[in-house]
Amino acid sequence: MNHPEEDVISVAPMARIPRYRRFRRIFVLLSLFVSLTPLLIMTTFYYHLDQTALQAEINYNVSQILSNTKRTLEFIIEERLSALTLMVNQESFEQLSGEEGLLKAFQNLKNSFGGFVDLGLIDSDGAQHHYIGPYKLLNQNYNDKSWFHEVSLRNIYISDVFMGHRNFPHFIIAVKKEKRSGDFYVLRASIDLAMLDRQFHTVDYNREFDAFLINKDGVLQTESVEYGPVFGKCPLEVPKYAGGREILSQSHSNGKITVLGHSYIEKSPFILVVMNQRSSLLKSWLTTRMDLVWFLLVSVVLIIITIILSANYMVALIREADLKRTKLLHNIEYTNKMATIGRMAAGVAHEINNPLAIINEKAGLLKDMVTYNEAYPHREKVLKSVDSILGSVERCSKVTHRLLGFGRRLDSHREIIDLETLLNEVIGFIAKEAEHRSIQVNIKTAEQVPTLESDRGQLQQVFLNIINNAVAAVADGGLIDILIDAPTHSTVSVSIKDNGVGISEENLKNIFEPFFSTKGQFGTGLGLSITHEIVEKLGGEIRVSSKLGEGTQFTIILPA
Amino acid sequence: MNKFCALLIDDEEELVSTLTERLEFRGIEAEYAVSGSEAIAKMRTKPYDVVVVDMKMPGLSGLDLVKILQKEHPSLPIIMITGHGAPADEQVEIPAGVFDYLPKPVSIEVLIKKMSEAVGGKA
Repeated sequence: MNHPEEDVISVAPMARIPRYRRFRRIFVLLSLFVSLTPLLIMTTFYYHLDQTALQAEINYNVSQILSNTKRTLEFIIEERLSALTLMVNQESFEQLSGEEGLLKAFQNLKNSFGGFVDLGLIDSDGAQHHYIGPYKLLNQNYNDKSWFHEVSLRNIYISDVFMGHRNFPHFIIAVKKEKRSGDFYVLRASIDLAMLDRQFHTVDYNREFDAFLINKDGVLQTESVEYGPVFGKCPLEVPKYAGGREILSQSHSNGKITVLGHSYIEKSPFILVVMNQRSSLLKSWLTTRMDLVWFLLVSVVLIIITIILSANYMVALIREADLKRTKLLHNIEYTNKMATIGRMAAGVAHEINNPLAIINEKAGLLKDMVTYNEAYPHREKVLKSVDSILGSVERCSKVTHRLLGFGRRLDSHREIIDLETLLNEVIGFIAKEAEHRSIQVNIKTAEQVPTLESDRGQLQQVFLNIINNAVAAVADGGLIDILIDAPTHSTVSVSIKDNGVGISEENLKNIFEPFFSTKGQFGTGLGLSITHEIVEKLGGEIRVSSKLGEGTQFTIILPA
Repeated sequence: MNKFCALLIDDEEELVSTLTERLEFRGIEAEYAVSGSEAIAKMRTKPYDVVVVDMKMPGLSGLDLVKILQKEHPSLPIIMITGHGAPADEQVEIPAGVFDYLPKPVSIEVLIKKMSEAVGGKA
């Protein structure tokens, strides 16, 4: 009764059969594959479709804003540049250098175009001849300034945005005019950055897009929502000059789509950058993506639940059908076996009992003749021999009657049973084989084992099956120990322990499964399955523990 | 005490003749028949106090013979013997009115005891 817990198997045979677990697993996996694959493919397809549409839309928007803003900025700059060029072409140096001339020109510019902060007239030596504006810059010399050299070479110059003496962000436009004498002068105007900045605010795109200017060193020339105030360093790589073309590029990071558009502003050092990072379109895309993810999650969970429930239900149905089939097979097998044994027993009993009766009577007659004749020679010896014959006849008679008694119990009926007597009867069937193979069979009954009310015939079946298995498992000279015990006051147990070959752990799991046999073509695989069922039907329990090479112990626990 | 006449019927002549001889050893008048028809013929010529019939015989079976005997000799006690084991093991119905039933091999003492009881009961 002291089984190592891990070795003990006490089964409802169908419920724990690996076959059903395997079947269920395969069904679940296949169903999941069939249902989830199209779902995943469709979801991925729509995900990409949506992403592509969104990209196209963002691209379009960025492109629109880029091109509109670029046109506006170029117009503003071109307008002011043209105004200054017109002025130097219409007015001579002398006209402009008079007090009235430059002031008038400045006022005209300011009134007509706006954004002009001051205006200076610089001669070819870099000296500021005249200056109209709020700062004291008259006589300032620009000869050593790089912009001055540039304008003298290229005729026009537009600067980066800077603070300078004026202390607010602005940029300058300078135009050169050559005199007839070969000398030249420069008209230089400061333009308030607000002039450009305003454009970004008027096309503020609901803060969906970030648009700003950088110079060729990547320094912010206007404020950027993303990268901060003017003069800050923009981390984006400065794009290569590509004429006035508008370039779009896309990048994906952390699930976000960034579309970046840039274009050089003609005649200026400015590069216009437009990006969508704060786009509400992106938000809607993220929402769509979340919706898709949720849809997928909920669908997958629902599908998994449905498949698992269906699998459980289906396996339960199959198991139930199998159980019915097995029960039926058991009954057929059991009935056939019993009927065969019954028929054989009746035949054997009749065929043997008749000659036995003749032997009995002949021996009896001999005994009578000797008994009734006092002078019979060797009287004692003959009587002894006759008694021996009669004793043997009686033994044979017991065997035939036991065989009859075993086979005839087709119908179940309960009676009070003494387990030791019953087990001795069962052992009677294998006694000869045990004797020939020197197998020792011991029966031991613990103290105070109560009697049992059960079905004699069925119990005989159970014990005969297990003891037969034990006889088959042990080698010649093996040992089979049978212990009758009462583990609790309401149960009786019979443990049948052999020192045979043992059962592997894998086989031990399947041992009560119908059609499981280790005897190959010699076993039906129904023996222990039937045994298990009978024990269950009698309200009992069967356990088995085994170790390969050491032996096997079956324990049958029955209600007292 | 054992003053009665018995007829033993069994198809196994070796058995039934020996049994008859053994009964005679014990002072019981006994005869035997090896078939149902022979038994019926014998009984029409001589009255017997008790008959012992084997259940399984070729031709007229023990059970059929019992039915005929019960019809012709309603008060005759009948004891049946069979090779089919103990009475509880027998799978055929024992006809009503049969005094007792003994499994083969039959102990002579038990047989005499049963016959005495049967005859005594009749008396």
